[in-house]
Amino acid sequence: MDIYKKSISELSELINKKTISSIEMTNYFIRRIRSFDKNLNSFITVDEDFSYAQAKIADKQIAANKNTFLTGIPIAHKDLFSTKGILTTCASKMLENYIPPYDATVVSKLNNQGMVTLGKTNMDEFAMGSSNESSYFGSVKNPWDLTKVPGGSSGGSASAVAARLSPIATGSDTGGSIRQPASFCGLTGLKPTYGSVSRYGMIAYASSLDQGGPLATSAEDCAILFNIIRGFDNNDPTSNFKIKQNEVKLNLNKKNFKSISIGIPKEYFSKDLDKNISDVIDQSIGVFKKLGFNFKEISLPQHGYTIPAYYIIASAEASSNLSRYDGVKFGYRCKNPKNLEDLYSRTRKEGFGKEVKKRIMIGAYALSSGYYDEYYMRALRIRRIIRDNFLNAFKDVDYIFAPTCPSTAFNIGEKTSNALEMYLSDIYTTPVNLAGLPAVSIPVGFSNKMPVGMQIIGNDFNENGILNVAHAFQKETDWHNKVPREFDHE
Amino acid sequence: MSDWECVIGLEIHVQLLTKSKIFSASSTAYGKEPNKQASYVDLGMPGTLPVLNNIVIKKAVEFGLAINANITNRSIFARKNYFYPDLPKNYQISQLDFPIVEGGYIEIEDDCGNNKKINITRAHLEEDAGKSIHSDENNCTYIDLNRAGTPLLEIVSEPEMKSATEAVSYMKKIHNIVTYLEISDGNMQEGSFRCDANVSIRKSGEKKLGTRTELKNINSFKFVEKAINYEIQRQIDLLEDGKKIKQETRLYDENKNITKSMRSKEEANDYRYFPDPDLLPIEIDNEYILKIKKLMPDLPDVKSKFYKSKYDLTDEQINIILSNKEITNFADKILLLSKISAKRLINHFISSVYLKFNKENSLALEDLIKPNDFYLIIDSIEKKVISKINLKEILDKIWGENINISSVIENYSSRNENNLDMIDDLIKKIIEKNEKQVKEYKSGKTKIVGFFVGQVLKDAKGSDPSVIKDKIISYLDLI
Repeated sequence: MDIYKKSISELSELINKKTISSIEMTNYFIRRIRSFDKNLNSFITVDEDFSYAQAKIADKQIAANKNTFLTGIPIAHKDLFSTKGILTTCASKMLENYIPPYDATVVSKLNNQGMVTLGKTNMDEFAMGSSNESSYFGSVKNPWDLTKVPGGSSGGSASAVAARLSPIATGSDTGGSIRQPASFCGLTGLKPTYGSVSRYGMIAYASSLDQGGPLATSAEDCAILFNIIRGFDNNDPTSNFKIKQNEVKLNLNKKNFKSISIGIPKEYFSKDLDKNISDVIDQSIGVFKKLGFNFKEISLPQHGYTIPAYYIIASAEASSNLSRYDGVKFGYRCKNPKNLEDLYSRTRKEGFGKEVKKRIMIGAYALSSGYYDEYYMRALRIRRIIRDNFLNAFKDVDYIFAPTCPSTAFNIGEKTSNALEMYLSDIYTTPVNLAGLPAVSIPVGFSNKMPVGMQIIGNDFNENGILNVAHAFQKETDWHNKVPREFDHE
Repeated sequence: MSDWECVIGLEIHVQLLTKSKIFSASSTAYGKEPNKQASYVDLGMPGTLPVLNNIVIKKAVEFGLAINANITNRSIFARKNYFYPDLPKNYQISQLDFPIVEGGYIEIEDDCGNNKKINITRAHLEEDAGKSIHSDENNCTYIDLNRAGTPLLEIVSEPEMKSATEAVSYMKKIHNIVTYLEISDGNMQEGSFRCDANVSIRKSGEKKLGTRTELKNINSFKFVEKAINYEIQRQIDLLEDGKKIKQETRLYDENKNITKSMRSKEEANDYRYFPDPDLLPIEIDNEYILKIKKLMPDLPDVKSKFYKSKYDLTDEQINIILSNKEITNFADKILLLSKISAKRLINHFISSVYLKFNKENSLALEDLIKPNDFYLIIDSIEKKVISKINLKEILDKIWGENINISSVIENYSSRNENNLDMIDDLIKKIIEKNEKQVKEYKSGKTKIVGFFVGQVLKDAKGSDPSVIKDKIISYLDLI
């Protein structure tokens, strides 16, 4: 039946028609994880008992005709979403043994739909990284080429979905952490508008940038998941209750394509961009043009300041958010502390990995007295300018297309010694986070046998628009249906 | 002392009177079993987020209006970062650049009895930390996070007070405002109202401020006065010995009445303040401010003037009425009802209801006695339907009970009538027995009436002496 190739809608139909039970479907994917994940390392925790218990409940609901569209369908959660009773490590030694006493809002919303949690996926430690190499539990492999990184920080989710170990997964995107791994692994990944999806229970990296979202094989599946997890949450004051209209309906009519204008920012397609990637994107733009979409060159100036601004703001917030890991209340505690000072310093020295410590230090420095104005305040001003530039552009165009990454997936170990080069791989994704906008990365082809992603960026709360545009493309192409050969069998 | 002048500024931490914490739904009740009132948010569990309790905004705005301050239309929460075991997130959510209240002033009496304006720099919202409890017994420190996240308003004055007594007057005035407006319960023993004092000295007439020390966490008016006075003397002694004052934080030791160094400026933290990205700015529009203003009761200062001009009450009476808002409300109601002299009415009130309420205030005052009932009792006394002597007994009877007041008054008035017949007989008997004293009265020694009153009262305990006195005089005059 090749269940692994099925979309969420197809799986839902199988379950609804009782062709297959949730227990069977769960078992099917758990077996895939058991046989394939040894090579990928995409999961940190797989709790079969928990999954089967959920599947059993789902089957009861189905038997009683009380199921929703998603009841019984498996999902994997990035290991920074708190799951009640299941280890949630953030891929850090600091939280190696941490079991949350409550569910993140995103998780409880999906549980309420009857979805089955397959496990918790690997990631960069505390979501800090672009290659999944900073995980305490080891790096994750890219299913398209096991010598390459899957991207990060949601590398485990991307790798698992790309190898079809899970039909869909949650991720989080602070500077590109959903879109970049989606691009590296040939998936569709949505970073929603800041405030669309509750952050409650999502372990914070940088609060003003973090946003949860889906990693899936298609825009359609992203839409299905997004429609469930979006919405105001009393537990998250930054979730937005003013905007209610961003429910996604994939109903864009071909007749309307002509009236849609798309901006191509010239700064994003400079000579810095890999020529092969640029060619692949050009071809996909050709597909859109054939469909009738209008294209226009636009300018997003000050693009060069994005990376420094992003790393200052994100690190500043992280330095404070991660203060709570001190060995006093939860998480790792160093052995035999001599005194309070020793408890703090050794716990944090031993519990955090190198990348995390680096960002905490950058952040603390940027916030310290005498440097605050020069770094943090200046970064906030740049952030404002970047957002204004986008909003200005949206006066002229409906959507903006951009490469997701300057390259395809690189080799494991290739950039670990060069932080700056690693940080630059976020150059096209971070501006979207700084501006708070929604963007989806879709697979648009291959370069040297590795997937290439392209971003569709929309105005505030226009998830519906960007997913419809992505869907229009996916109806014409089948890049999103490609499965890496090694995993393209039962 | 004469050639030295001291300069004092106060930072007062007021615990806001709310049921739940500033950023979580946990209870703020005092004195519960340790860590039973700490939610995941209070514990700073990974992934939790603060959600602002909107009542604290109202309370801060009320305070701002009470001190004639600006209410900031867009105020911002900031994180104050420092590590301490009873601070679960290792940052405190506070306000720095845009506090909710800015500017403002109150008036106090200075040491010469003149009115003096003390400017208030700002008042900002923040969360309290938990408590560290050090045990010598097993050399351990225990953490109680029940207090973590309790809402505080930190009120910062300008350094404009010139003596410990001025500082105490300022503090008392602020205490009066926050308790009167029910912004805080003001309970100093439970730490709902605590004070840090910044103290420095300089030669009289000098403009430049001297090096200051900060006295931490003093929780009574008496200790504030003592701590400041000690600190002033310590600083004078140092300077007169040619030594220098170190800028530092000092703790007051109540038992020894001294201040001790806690940490110097060099050891002070760099708090790395920055806007808290988890919380939206507090947006307050003028409409909201006007709404709060309308609903706010008159402040003690305004009321005090009103009581004086309209009712001619004495300062002492006014102070008592304004000591507690329930008392004030009650007094306002009976003052409106009553036709007798306000001074007399308030005297009746203070000697009965007020004293009783102070002793047994388990319930709201108006649940214990209705203003209208009290007025009816006083009216009956004034009309001599019942005796003043019965007031206490009647109050005891109806206190907190749902009893019809007219039937109680009627009961006492008929008892009074029976009583009066008996008293008439008594007076007659006593006059007959004491011919000598009657003669004295007749010869003009009218003071002897007191003797007769005393004799009658021996057998008629609980009767109203003034009534008896009137009756005796009329009998004597008849002879």
